[in-house]
Amino acid sequence: MKTLLALGLALTAAIAVPAAPAAAAEPTTILNASYDISRELFATIDKAFVAKVKADKGTDVTVDQSHAGSSKQARAILEGLEADVVTFNQVTDVEALVKGGFVAADWQGKFPDNASPYYSLPAFLVRAGNPKNIRNWDDLVRDDVKVVFPNPKTSGNARYTYLAATAFAREAYGNDEAKVKEFVKKLFDNVPVFDTGGRGATTTFVEREIGDVLITFEAETRGIAKEFGEDKFQTVVPPVSLLAEFPVAIVDRVADKRGSRPLAQSYLDFLYSPEGQTLIAGNGNRVRDKDVVAKFASSFPKVRLLKVEDVFGGWQKIQAEHFASGGTLDELYGDR
Amino acid sequence: MATRSGPRIGERPAVRRSLLAIVLVLAALILVAPLVVIFVQAFSAGFGAFARTIGEPDTLHAAGLTVLTALIAVPVNTAFGIAAAWAVTKFDFPLKRLLIIVIEIPFSVSPIVAGVAYLFVYGLQGLFGDALQSADLKILFALPGIVLASMFVTAPFVARELIPLMQAQGRDLEEAAASLGAGGLRTFLRVTLPNIRWALLYGVVLCNARVMGEFGAVSVVSGNVRGQTNTLPLHIELLYHDYDTAGAFAAATILTVLALVTLVLKVWLERRGAGRRTRRPAAPAAGEVAVPSLPASGLAR
Repeated sequence: MKTLLALGLALTAAIAVPAAPAAAAEPTTILNASYDISRELFATIDKAFVAKVKADKGTDVTVDQSHAGSSKQARAILEGLEADVVTFNQVTDVEALVKGGFVAADWQGKFPDNASPYYSLPAFLVRAGNPKNIRNWDDLVRDDVKVVFPNPKTSGNARYTYLAATAFAREAYGNDEAKVKEFVKKLFDNVPVFDTGGRGATTTFVEREIGDVLITFEAETRGIAKEFGEDKFQTVVPPVSLLAEFPVAIVDRVADKRGSRPLAQSYLDFLYSPEGQTLIAGNGNRVRDKDVVAKFASSFPKVRLLKVEDVFGGWQKIQAEHFASGGTLDELYGDR
Repeated sequence: MATRSGPRIGERPAVRRSLLAIVLVLAALILVAPLVVIFVQAFSAGFGAFARTIGEPDTLHAAGLTVLTALIAVPVNTAFGIAAAWAVTKFDFPLKRLLIIVIEIPFSVSPIVAGVAYLFVYGLQGLFGDALQSADLKILFALPGIVLASMFVTAPFVARELIPLMQAQGRDLEEAAASLGAGGLRTFLRVTLPNIRWALLYGVVLCNARVMGEFGAVSVVSGNVRGQTNTLPLHIELLYHDYDTAGAFAAATILTVLALVTLVLKVWLERRGAGRRTRRPAAPAAGEVAVPSLPASGLAR
């Protein structure tokens, strides 16, 4: 038994590869932990960034990518995934890293625009020719319209849809809470099937051909149309929607341990550079840089964007009032 | 208990044919159609596109990582399975039933639970988090974590194949060998191993199939770094979520081909007699009933 134990320990030690030593020299590799559907975006960005560093400084660097749901990523970093930077699609997931002591509390002030180099908004994907003439949020509660989006209880994407619909209704009904709730409830009633995630909802809409409109981020509506046929679908941007920020941050604890802060900083700075912004806009996301915005003006219809802070008073309040167990979402979603 | 009141179900041709038809239709819908779809979708963009996706560094790396994981996890679990089955069937000791239950735990626990459990043990916030951190050892989100999670999930496969067979075979031969003066190792190599080799191979094949296909537990501890810790099943999911349907199906063909090879091996082994529970007509005294003629510890000399 003792030999067995010794063998087991030896084996564990043998397969536990030692982590990269805290080198005196600055590491040439960083890991970017990102959300699940950003693979293509960061594949382009990383390539351009690596080329730029090579041209500017003559050094070879590597950017590794990890992709999963951003809440799962936050959890993994808390448990030891050594990501130098995060590029998430949920502010709350960066806040989880702040709570865990991995990211400084003032992270949103460390990069321009609330540390969100690009943004998007819940928009509509309809079938070609827009046969049901869906233009705005109030079209979604019509009796003849079937709507598809994932379950807001499990999908961050759908939470934005829920919040955007609520924000629209608050404006439309002058904050009459009873009417707002009736509106959102009617919207839920128009959803024939709630999938657990964005990919499932897309399959329902595109392949099972259920519903008249799919609600998801604007950037994704373009990706879906590109993948499944641009002649079959078209994006409709409603006149008003909710600003969805895509926050970025240096994971301070990892960057300091590895000594990778300079590289991490220049990587995130690159996202704000004209070159980075052009690549991001080409992927369907809205960007900040004025010149790039002007160049892509025709791809991005004008939209009035409401801010989470203004309508709901911040994410913590949303969590407590809407998403916590027994909150407004539970009340409206019911026993589906 | 046969009664003579009318034919049994299945004796009437109409019933027999419709039962057969149901089975065939279900098999086609549930088993064959998805398999065909994988290959059709993978080649939907032409063979050139298929070759390009397969040849992508990340996909190749994922396939390599999956094979590497199997190369480590399967031998370890094989050794463990043999040791466990040998201990359980050839010796008597206290808490033996408990050991059998422990061996089977991974079958009843959902893989995702296994993954999360590893987080709680080896994660930074976990039981050994500080110790691992100060020793600068990386278990999670690296190869060791992936191998450990795969090993946990597949730990019972070999033992489960061997235990019933070795129980049926009894201890007579080993006891005879011991009484003729053979040592423990020699008894195992010359007597036990030849008797169990086909069942052992069968267990190894099943174990290997499961290691390569494991998703849930590995997904939790992998960290999903593409080109580094993405195994093939994780890579397929990544491509699928990324609307790269052709890429996902192309990667899926690799896994499917691996599975088909496994299947062929399995069928071949079954022909050789593995997988059948009782190969030798067991003596009535065989099984767990101890034959008191020789103390079992005599085998372990």
